[in-house]
Amino acid sequence: MRTQTITKAPSESKITERISGSEAVVRCLIEEGVSTIYGYPGGAIMPVYDELFKYQDQIHHVLTRHEQGATHAAQGYARVSGKVGVAMATSGPGATNLITGIADAQIDSTPMVCITGQVPSHLLGSDAFQETDIVGISTPVTKWNCQVTRAEDIPEVMAKAFYIAKSGRPGPVLVDITKDAQFEEFDFSYEKCEKIRSYNPIPTSSEETLKAAADLINSAKKPFVVWGQGVILGEAEEEFQTFIEKAGIPSAWTILGASAIPTSHPLNVGMVGMHGNYAPNILTNECDVLIAIGMRFDDRVTGRLDAYAKQAKVIHFEIDPAEVDKNVKTDIAVLGDAKANLAKILPFINSNSHEAWHQQFKDLYKVEYDKIIDKDLFPNKEGLTMGEVLKEINKNTDGKAVVVSDVGQHQMIACRYADFKESKSNITSGGLGTMGFCLPAAIGAKMAVPEREVVAICGDGGYQMTIQELGTIFQQQLAVKIVVLNNDFLGMVRQWQQLFFDKRYASTEMINPDFVAIAKGYYLNARKVTKREELADAVAEMIASKEPYFLEVCVEKEDNVFPMIPSGASVSEVRLE
Amino acid sequence: MSTEKELFTVSVYTENNIGLLNRISAIFQRRHINIESLNTSPSEIKGVSRFTIVVYVSEVNMKKIIGQIEKQVEVIKAYYHKDEDTIYQVSGLFKIKSDLLFEERQIQNIIKESGARIVTVNKEFFVLEKTGKKEEVELLYRELSVFGIMQFTRSGRISVTKDEMKISTMLAAFSN
Repeated sequence: MRTQTITKAPSESKITERISGSEAVVRCLIEEGVSTIYGYPGGAIMPVYDELFKYQDQIHHVLTRHEQGATHAAQGYARVSGKVGVAMATSGPGATNLITGIADAQIDSTPMVCITGQVPSHLLGSDAFQETDIVGISTPVTKWNCQVTRAEDIPEVMAKAFYIAKSGRPGPVLVDITKDAQFEEFDFSYEKCEKIRSYNPIPTSSEETLKAAADLINSAKKPFVVWGQGVILGEAEEEFQTFIEKAGIPSAWTILGASAIPTSHPLNVGMVGMHGNYAPNILTNECDVLIAIGMRFDDRVTGRLDAYAKQAKVIHFEIDPAEVDKNVKTDIAVLGDAKANLAKILPFINSNSHEAWHQQFKDLYKVEYDKIIDKDLFPNKEGLTMGEVLKEINKNTDGKAVVVSDVGQHQMIACRYADFKESKSNITSGGLGTMGFCLPAAIGAKMAVPEREVVAICGDGGYQMTIQELGTIFQQQLAVKIVVLNNDFLGMVRQWQQLFFDKRYASTEMINPDFVAIAKGYYLNARKVTKREELADAVAEMIASKEPYFLEVCVEKEDNVFPMIPSGASVSEVRLE
Repeated sequence: MSTEKELFTVSVYTENNIGLLNRISAIFQRRHINIESLNTSPSEIKGVSRFTIVVYVSEVNMKKIIGQIEKQVEVIKAYYHKDEDTIYQVSGLFKIKSDLLFEERQIQNIIKESGARIVTVNKEFFVLEKTGKKEEVELLYRELSVFGIMQFTRSGRISVTKDEMKISTMLAAFSN
């Protein structure tokens, strides 16, 4: 029974209600503005699910088909909406199934709160049924985590969880709640967390630092910007574009930075890194000032570190001080929020155009176009290429779709060729490289922006890692467009085997099922394309559909993704074939 | 900055929370760094814990590790110091058969010269305590082991720095 009481705090009176811990969990979610969560019920989280049933008009719980799917869906939701994604699971296997998604969110800085049920506190440590030390297990892959054994601690811990997940450099947080704490009644009141004394989410830089950075930028003859997801997470797209436009700097993106400015922007010179574009990779080692903004110099971006931009002075705009000098030595670190710092530095930046320097990018783009892009997009061989599928998708969505990709060759092709017009449109597992990410992430993405087209681009390998989420798409009737680029191989691994292991195709060939039949088994519209003549019509039909739609495209079996910087090579050694 | 491995003492001021030890030790573990010694205790500030961790790493990596420790939500501040910048001690406890104290005159000399303190004596055994540098405790161990040691244990390093660490100022700034 719920009773309202007024308890007098020493300084102010605070309205409290006597409710159970499990109801408190749901009330906390509502207080934090959560309207959609993803999860899977089980014994130790049942009291919370019982409350979710009562509050279903306020919180939509999406039953995924596996807890990993719940985390990726929460990630997709968070990445597109900019809000905190929420995933829920029971103790033991439910909780451990969250780990891949949590690790993915940690390395890709995705704000996510995971709530797990736990065995009653008197059984903790006793190897009880479905007991696992999820706080211990998740520690290295969470930004913060906490176990709650008393109902009265729930509001404070939940408030901290949301604050930590979203503030500063975002990340995943896990809250583990024992079943007895879920049942226990207490006087509930909620206060949002606004600060934690040991936690400084946004460091600051002095005006001198900004001026020194501006001086270096102004003095540069060949400045080069590499931006990452920090621009998107910091909602700094506008400030970023204004900054590069004023300074006239050719700018390239890391995989997670994609879509922060339109693909067609004249200063957007493409992607850096292992399968990035030729010009930005080659010219990394020719620029005189490298301006890194909200990126972390991942090894897939830098290639061999001792041959990475050694000639350049490096300016690093970064919110996480631990990233400064971690991989690449910085000359000037501009710590703090990208949005604020880019706005602050703008008045000190001289207008410039660097035309001759730009021309170098254009010349190298021409080399890449002739050697690779033309053949990817306008092939004259019989087999279909992944690139031409992307080209059709661009045409039919006018570049307005959210493109969710899995991991592998198709991911690189999707990121290289997708035409982005809006920010937060490229959703992929960049840091962890989680196969199986795509399908569930597309669920979250579609729910975050139901009015937008969401196209999931999977390979035949990764698709089968979370294929069961077709059930979620069917149950929720989400008009996600699913494309499987099927080459009957684990294509990226096969490419490496071809290039570096003398074509010994160890366990990379896939004998695949009838994907169309599987999709139809989930009552989805489905079509398979094997010939070029059918492609345009099939993609048009898929995009025109108002319902979920599955499209399998059988592509050339042994195509490779180029350019490529072989593992351990320098960016200068990027190969075109 | 040196890429040669050196001995560093890491001092970490933290909130007193369950699981933080795991979080901090994991940072060393993922870089495959052995922790030479570890001590946790209250600090000079009420409610604030202090970790003293001794590791053998290059200064370049030490700085990166400090950054990764500091970014943990419940870590207030982390520092690293070389031996010359700190005053540090360890303690050793030796449990020895009481008979030896009377039978072996040399033991009495060793105790006197080492500056060790007798903590307790009973019919069966006596316990010696030696506080000092690790090497001093090790020397005493070698000298006593000739006669037989029933039990020995040595504490982790505890250390205070010559420079001020300004944690209180920092906490005051946080709460404003």
